[in-house]
Amino acid sequence: MMTDKNNEIISKEKSWQQKNKSSTAKLGFWSTAWVLSMALTNFGPRFIWDLNISLTVIAVLLNLALGLKMVLANIAHIKALDEMQQRIQLNAMGITLGLSLVVGLTYSNLDVLELITFHADIAHLVIFMGLTHIIAIFIGNRKYQ
Amino acid sequence: MKNKLKVLRAERDWTQAQLAEALEVSRQTVNAIEKGKFDPSLPLAFKAARLFKLSIEEIFQDEG
Repeated sequence: MMTDKNNEIISKEKSWQQKNKSSTAKLGFWSTAWVLSMALTNFGPRFIWDLNISLTVIAVLLNLALGLKMVLANIAHIKALDEMQQRIQLNAMGITLGLSLVVGLTYSNLDVLELITFHADIAHLVIFMGLTHIIAIFIGNRKYQ
Repeated sequence: MKNKLKVLRAERDWTQAQLAEALEVSRQTVNAIEKGKFDPSLPLAFKAARLFKLSIEEIFQDEG
């Protein structure tokens, strides 16, 4: 039989869950908006507004503003996590930053020293960072299961 | 660090999810604490102590 205490706990549960879901949804929204504005900034000048400088500058500024909004949403999201989730995120961010710096500079050296036949594109580093972060989060979650 | 969280929770017939929400953490965090895989911070330990109306030492024991 459900006690008053249990009911109280369940009502508290909703508010905590809602807070968490809300911050995740906001992060998802601003991340999507930033990605779309990135696509618009890259493809708009050539395929939509025929290299109009004013529109291109507006797109770049919009992309920057949405990127900053995404960073703020990410900060709010991390603050809404509990202490174990925050630790997992911190570890994953540390691993991602460290590996991206070391691997990124090594990759750049390979290009500068002409040890690879293709150009070291910044997009490769972004993909590497994304994959590293996802794997680090996965390992972090497994560690505490 | 050992703890009696699982026993105290079972005595009250609470699920991990219910305890998690009372402590304002995720269910995964409660599970990790119960298994001794994650040591809670002092504020979280105090919150658990208040919830169960016990002292911190009655819930958490240092293994060292």
